[in-house]
Amino acid sequence: MNNSIAKEKIISLRKKRSLEDMRFKYYGFTAMCLSLAVLVFLLYTIFSKGYTAFQKTIVLLEVDYNQEVLKLTPDSSDEDMEKGKFFRVKKQAIENFFPDLSKSDIKLVKKLFSTNVDKEIKDYFLDNPEVINTKQQIWVTAHSDVDQLLKGNSRRDVPEDRRKLNDIQLSYVDQLVEENRVKQVFNNFFFTKADSRHPEIAGVAGSFMGSLFTLFTVFILSFPIAIGASVYLEEFAPKNRITELIEVNISNLAAVPSIVFGLLGLGVLLNVFGLPRSTPLVGGSVLALMTLPTIIIACRASLKAVPPSIKEGALAVGATKTQAVFHHVVPLALPGTLTGTIIGLAQALGETAPLIMIGMIAFIPNIPTGLTEPSAALPVQIYLWVESAERGFQEKSAAAIMVILIFLFMMNAIAVFLRNRFERKW
Amino acid sequence: MSNSKILANGVDVYYGSKQALFGISMDIKEKEVTALIGPSGCGKSTFLRCINRMNDLIEICKVSGSIKVDNEEIISEKTDVVSLRSKIGMVFQKPNPFPKSIFDNVAYGPTIHGLVDSKNELEEIVHSSLKKAGLFDEVKDRLNEPGTSLSGGQQQRLCIARAIAVNPEIILMDEPCSALDPIATAIIEELIDELRLNYTIIIVTHSMQQAARVSQKTCFFHLGELIETGETNKIFTNPDNTKTQDYITGRFG
Repeated sequence: MNNSIAKEKIISLRKKRSLEDMRFKYYGFTAMCLSLAVLVFLLYTIFSKGYTAFQKTIVLLEVDYNQEVLKLTPDSSDEDMEKGKFFRVKKQAIENFFPDLSKSDIKLVKKLFSTNVDKEIKDYFLDNPEVINTKQQIWVTAHSDVDQLLKGNSRRDVPEDRRKLNDIQLSYVDQLVEENRVKQVFNNFFFTKADSRHPEIAGVAGSFMGSLFTLFTVFILSFPIAIGASVYLEEFAPKNRITELIEVNISNLAAVPSIVFGLLGLGVLLNVFGLPRSTPLVGGSVLALMTLPTIIIACRASLKAVPPSIKEGALAVGATKTQAVFHHVVPLALPGTLTGTIIGLAQALGETAPLIMIGMIAFIPNIPTGLTEPSAALPVQIYLWVESAERGFQEKSAAAIMVILIFLFMMNAIAVFLRNRFERKW
Repeated sequence: MSNSKILANGVDVYYGSKQALFGISMDIKEKEVTALIGPSGCGKSTFLRCINRMNDLIEICKVSGSIKVDNEEIISEKTDVVSLRSKIGMVFQKPNPFPKSIFDNVAYGPTIHGLVDSKNELEEIVHSSLKKAGLFDEVKDRLNEPGTSLSGGQQQRLCIARAIAVNPEIILMDEPCSALDPIATAIIEELIDELRLNYTIIIVTHSMQQAARVSQKTCFFHLGELIETGETNKIFTNPDNTKTQDYITGRFG
């Protein structure tokens, strides 16, 4: 009798325990589904808003490279060609864009074209000097307002005074579409140009290079210092109060808000050392300070994970401590350290606040070619574009987010690859 | 009688405030196998690790007393630990080959000590060390494979080859067979018997049979004290001390 009661109790308890198990499994599953849904929504928003930025609108323009208008002759030297009066050619081309345009109409037509058209007309001529005294049909970049209208990003059913293009301009655009004088092609400008006030010719090349240079600086500064610090702390430092204090503070440093590092950069690197403002050198140094604790923590964890027997084995055959550490322990800890480094770099790539403090938020229309040239960085570029009023920058910021996400994705892929490739078993 | 190779006198070891060894004095002869036996935690591994100063790795460990190897004091600040360890090889309880190729495992010691001038010489040392460890025939076709891909017994012999490669005079073995199966154990025991001709060997073991099979001298440790030391035959047949008798007959430990 007693025995059967105990048995029942055990069975009911067992049921309760397996129910608990199930419940927990469902909680986990729901949490995962929720986060996945949020992620999908985020990516969907970004992609649906941003994919149009990879296309630009171009317009067919007939250009008459008349030598009188250009003030050139077929025998002009290359230098003279550079100084040709291309703006006059462009003016003429726009005047004749539609037949019988009045002066005020010409003004309206002019606004359908990008400011970059002058340069495009010039470049076409410089590439093909033999076209002098001929009429050429050239595809040139349309103004962002036309671009946005054709992409359906700006609406035409709002009152005229709230539109960028008035009714006459709309009718011109419709005429162009009818005559097939306008089309959408791959937007190479987005990948080859730096920032611009004009959305149609703004690109991420400048900020991408800026980010690359910044990350390079971060890596060069933080990786060796972090490895040195972790190896010393883990393998050589005596265990006493001071090293304990240092260890605790490294962990604290990892939790310091990044803007504080930006202020440090502003106060020390710019104002005391007088390093050039807005440059990847300063941005990278500031971000390196921020990345250091991350790498040190990762490196120390991987050093700790190396079995002490490996070090003992090396010491037992008569290796010095330095030899044992650098021949055996450090190489084994390297994959983990590299993974930590890449995660730290990925963190640095997405950081905006400290860069704003050291002036990397300036408007830089050039692609930087070195560490000491002013430049933007991808996250700051996104920030700048999101803030801009022009509609054309909206899709640009979404597209720039895609670029930074792909950049991050690739960095993480490298981290996973390194981890799998060099992971060792002992 | 052969000369004494290692002469320990009044060795005390403290881990922090806890004393692990109490005045150990011992005389270890050249080209003999000395077995250290005793129950777990009795300090035999600690004593072994004093001989090549491996205890330096443990920060709280303090060693006092005197150990002389070839009449040279080694428990001293001035001792050159690196050259001491090149003279005294060590084989650990768990096989610990480097995660490198078999060749590199053995070549590491000679390379860092600069014992070789050419690649051929290095190859020769590696081959002869592997031969002495009785492993060469099994691995000669795959010297470039990782040492960790070998079986446990092979790994342990690889570690012995690695120790031999730097041409030591003494080999310390810390329970070298405890992680191995009986067949691998038998092979290692045979190997120890061969190595005795050239090296002075000190082996820590939990297996009484192993001590009886491979050693000439046996030292019995208990609770950090050296209870009895003597010819293996005598210890196992007619020990002077009752504790020794109790231990080897399996009454405790």
